[in-house]
Formats: sequence, C-alpha cells, structure tokens
Amino acid sequence: MSQREEIIGRIKEALRFEAHRPGHTHASSYEARTSSTLREWLPTVPRDHQGQIEAFARNCGELRTRFFRVSDVSDVTDKLLELKNTEDWKLIASHHAPILDAILPSIGLPILFTEDRPTTQEIERADVGITLCDALIAQTGSILVTARSAGGRALSVLPPHHVVIARESQLLPDLPAAFELLQKTYGNDYPSLITFITGPSRTGDIERILVLGAHGPRSLTAFLLPDEIS
Amino acid sequence: MSSSFENKFRASATKLTADLRHRALIRTSLKGYEKNRDEKRAGFQSWELARQAAAETKWEAVNHLDKYLSEFVDNLDRRGSKVFWASTAEDARNYILNLAREKQARTIVKSKTMTSEEIHLNEALAGAGYEVVESDLGEYIVQLRGEVPYHLVFPAMHLTRKEISHLFHEKLGTPETNNPEELTMIARRQMRMKYCQADLGISGANFAVAETGMISITENEGNARLTTSLPRIHVALLGIEKVLPKLSDLALFLPMLAIAGTGQQLTCYNSLMGGPRQPGEADGPEEFHVVLLDNRRTQLLADAEQRDALHCIRCGACLNVCPIFRNVGGQTYGTTYQGPIGSVITPHLRGLEDWKHLSSASSLCGACSEICPVKIELHHHLLHNRRNAAKLEVGRLDRMASGAFAFLVNHPKIFATAAKLGRFFEPLHRIITGSKIDPLLAWTRSREVPVIAKKSFRQYWKSRQK
Repeated sequence: MSQREEIIGRIKEALRFEAHRPGHTHASSYEARTSSTLREWLPTVPRDHQGQIEAFARNCGELRTRFFRVSDVSDVTDKLLELKNTEDWKLIASHHAPILDAILPSIGLPILFTEDRPTTQEIERADVGITLCDALIAQTGSILVTARSAGGRALSVLPPHHVVIARESQLLPDLPAAFELLQKTYGNDYPSLITFITGPSRTGDIERILVLGAHGPRSLTAFLLPDEIS
Repeated sequence: MSSSFENKFRASATKLTADLRHRALIRTSLKGYEKNRDEKRAGFQSWELARQAAAETKWEAVNHLDKYLSEFVDNLDRRGSKVFWASTAEDARNYILNLAREKQARTIVKSKTMTSEEIHLNEALAGAGYEVVESDLGEYIVQLRGEVPYHLVFPAMHLTRKEISHLFHEKLGTPETNNPEELTMIARRQMRMKYCQADLGISGANFAVAETGMISITENEGNARLTTSLPRIHVALLGIEKVLPKLSDLALFLPMLAIAGTGQQLTCYNSLMGGPRQPGEADGPEEFHVVLLDNRRTQLLADAEQRDALHCIRCGACLNVCPIFRNVGGQTYGTTYQGPIGSVITPHLRGLEDWKHLSSASSLCGACSEICPVKIELHHHLLHNRRNAAKLEVGRLDRMASGAFAFLVNHPKIFATAAKLGRFFEPLHRIITGSKIDPLLAWTRSREVPVIAKKSFRQYWKSRQK
C-alpha cells in the first residue's frame, strides 16, 4: 500500500464518528457562503470609487506605503526622476509592458529586464524594482501581484525599493473581490506565485519594536494612474 | 509518579515566575499587540460571526479531510509539483535529507516553520553535514543562541536588544548597538549572502488550498518569499490539517490570522505558491516539493471529542492571553507548541503520560477559548486531558487518596474521630508549619492551612437542641 493510501485510510477510519459542530450560533451554511455573506462580517469599505481610493490612501499611510495619485504617465516619470536623485539610483530592474516601456527610458538609467533572465545577484544589485500589478485592495491597502503580472518572483522582493504602477480600474473594494478576480483572470492556469503585498517589509522580532526593511524592500511606492482612454 | 518532563517544567516554572524582569519584559512587549488586535477586531462588522464562520470552515475541512487532502494533492500533481506523504517525523526527515543529498545541495535556507521544529529537521540536516540557516529574524536569533523558539509567532520575544546585540557581537563579530534597526540590518546583510548561495529552500505553510492546489504563507519580513523564490528547489513541510476547501476562504482567514497573531489588518506578505516555475514565468524554483505530515495527527483526528484542536491556525493568540504562559514563559513548556494549544495537543502528539502535567498548569480561566479565532474550546480540552490522565494507571496515588477520603466521609464515627485527632494535632502542627519536618509542606509552602472549627456541626447541633 502506498503512503498516500495508508494515510487516507487512517483518516477515513478516524472520521467514523462525527465531531460536534462548533459554537452555539450558526453563521451560515458553509456550502451556501458567498462573497456577499463574507462582506457582512469583514470591515466595511466605501461603495463609491472615490471613497475606495481614499480608503486605500489611508491604509497606505498607516502601512508606510508611499502612495501617489497621478494624472498621467509624465507625472510618474517626474516622480521617479525625483526618487532617482534622492535615493541615488544607479540600476533599475523591471519587466516588459507597454506602460513601463513608455516610462522607463526617460529615467535615463540602465535597466535589467527579468525577461532576459538576469541572475539573482544581478537583481540584488538593482536599486529599485518597478512592476505592474493585478489589483489594489482598498480594504487592506494591499497590492496584489503574481509571477505573471509583476515580472516573476524576485523582482518585487529583492531590490530595496519596490515601485508599483496601477490603473484606477485595478482598484478593488475588498479581499473577496480580489479572490474573485484571481479566479476570473487565471481560472485553471494560475501563476506559480501570487502575493498580497501590504506595506514595505517589516519585523518586530526585537522587543516588538517596528523596523522596516527586514528582508524585503525597505520602501514601497504605489502610483495610481487614470484608466487609458481608448 | 511525575515524569522527568514534569520535573523540568516545575523547576523552570518556579524559577521564571519569580523572575520579575522576565514578566515585565513579556508584559511590555505584548502591550502594543493587545491594543492593535482589539482595534482591528473592532474594525470587523462582526468579529463574532467571522469567528463562527472560520470555525465552521475548519470543521468542514477537518471532518472531510480525506476528500480535501486528495483534491489538494491531485491539483498539485497536475502542475508538476512533487508530493510526499509522511506518516512519521522520521519519514519526513528522511525524504528531505535524501532530496538534499540527491540534488547535491550545499546551503539550505529556511523560513519559519513550527512543523520543522516538531520533526527536529535542523538537527537532522546539520547532523548530515548541511549548513541550515533560519531566515526569520527571531528564528535566526534563537538559532544562534542554540535555543528553541520561545513563542509560536514571536520566537525571540524573551530577549532584550542588549542580549541580541551581545549575541551578534559574539557570533558575528559586529559592533555592539542599542538600536533595533541596526540589529535588523546586520541580520539582513548576513541573510542576503545566504539567499544568493542557497540551493534548497525549506518553508512551512499556514494554509493549503484544496480547490487550487496551493500553499499559503503568511509573513512580514519577506524571508519566506525569498526562501521560496531564489533557491532552485523549494520544499514545503506541512501538517495534514492545514487544508482549506476553497481559495476564497482566505478572504476570511488571512485577516483573521493577522489580527489574532500580530494585531495587523493583514501581514506584509501573504503568498500563494502552486508549483515550480511555470512556462513563461521569469524565475522561480525548478522543483516544488510538498511534504504532508501525519505524525499522530490522525490519532487526534480519531478523538471526536477533541478533533477540533486540529482546527488551530497557529496564530498564537491563546499564548498571548494565557496567565500561565505570561508567567512561566514559552520555553518552560518543553514542547514545540507552547501555551494552551500546546498543552492540549502535545499529549496527543507525544504521549499523555509524559505531558499530562501541562493540562494542570492552567487556571481554567477560559481566556484562551475566548480569544481563539476558530473557537477551539481550549480550556474544556484541558479538562478532557485531565480526565483522561486520571484514567491512567499512574494516577493510582490520587485514586487511593480520594478513595480514602470517600471512606472517611461515608463513616460518621470514624470521621468524627479523625476530626478530633485533627483538633488535637492542630496546635502542634502550627509549631512546625513551613519547616522541613512539616508533613504538609507541599501544601503549606505556598498556602495557609485552613483552621478546623472548634466544634463540629454535630456538637453544635446537639447544644442547640438543649
């Protein structure tokens, strides 16, 4: 008998007697639960788009994510040039996408593209990783990235500064909406990595005192652009 | 008879409860957590209904574990991941050791996983000559000290920055500093070198999603993301009870784990991994292995009364509120899982006879059950363990004592004589109370002896009748 059959056999044997159900009340039947039942319990989120942008911005403030709502691509370029000078950037790591190809050349720095399969050491030397994302989540101030949308795995975690560029239509109200989007976008062919990024890397392991930049990026910057006019 | 584990527990507990510095350190370090946790809970429209829903979700998963586990594994198989079913700790260790050998790994990085502590993986790998580095800051600190983690979630919360600075100075040769940020950066630099060298990354998992065949890892530092992304092989080690039926269940569990665990709305990184690098992806490991560990979990599963202890999501909230944990400290338990949940499950995982004493180290205040995000009735389970322990042979002395008491109170004449004797010896006992020859020393060391009434109730009743 294989180990699998053995363990599954032990589980089936163990489950012969039913365990009591938890609690004294009943939240909802598990099978019937949907995003809208979850939304009755999770923290509230404003219904209107404007309110959701404000909620996202407020969460970013608490999390120490730098958040910029900009009106066009040239605003992003200006801000990146400013950051390049203050943080003394010398090397950018990024990935190919139409909007990134429109922004990156004007920063005037060498760029590593993850499509060219740079080594870990090379990405580690970059001062900033610039990526797109799948979604922003107003409820938690999170940025949803995947190995497919954000140039692989290392790009958004190895350089000391992670910059994300998003469109307004990518802003979602809450976590249930984010999981619905993942299901809709990827269906049965999920990327090998999906990450909800909620603020720059941090630790409290020394006397529970907050320190930013434990192993991942010390800084996280998010740009929100209006949707493209088609 | 008391086991050597019990003696160790008693000795360490006696020492630490008298250590006021330790108690103050734990109290202050939990203050911020308590405030944030309560604030974030209040942000939920109904934390109580969310707890109930989380408990029902876990009930569904654990009570249909065969179905969901099979679904999880079949989905992993489809995407080129390798799954190993480990019945025992030894099976799991051997699989990972063989893998390291076969792939000629030299440096191994690990992100925090309590399950690997449970199977003593580090010792096994180090014994075979591999360099294993813990990448979580707290784990790295206790690894350098040669200690076990103090807390499920905060492994080094018993240490001051001064002690950590000394440790780094001694082991890494870095200058002394009082600044937590500088200390963190020392670890960051050390670890960066390791990440780039390592060929094998070992992680745990907080959840396993059956519907999509993914593991979910919750962390703050980014060390788990690096551990699972950079080395060419990633091994995830997880207990079979980690399964959740649906991907969307995480919309509830991710914030609840964060709030209960650290007082955050969501931790910094919540990552789902469902396989090795897929076609068209820029990077990621060439191989993804998942080791599913039983290690007597099926025995706990067979105990329908305490089955819900397998609902635990290891948030550590029950430790943080437990008056025993806060006074005796995490390492006193001598277990992988500390606090109330550890006291409940350790007797199942490692034997009731050696670990029954943990269930008595409880005030039964119920704070643990009240805080648990998946509503495990922890203090009831402590009572269940006590009852089960009393059924063991080793409780013979206790049983004889209660038998003797039952005999006494069932025989009025003998009882009256015993009470008379007690009244006679009482003043004599007062002379030796608390000294070495006091036969009641076990009681009088920390408690007052109750005074026997001058007259028995019978005598009093008789005198009233006249």
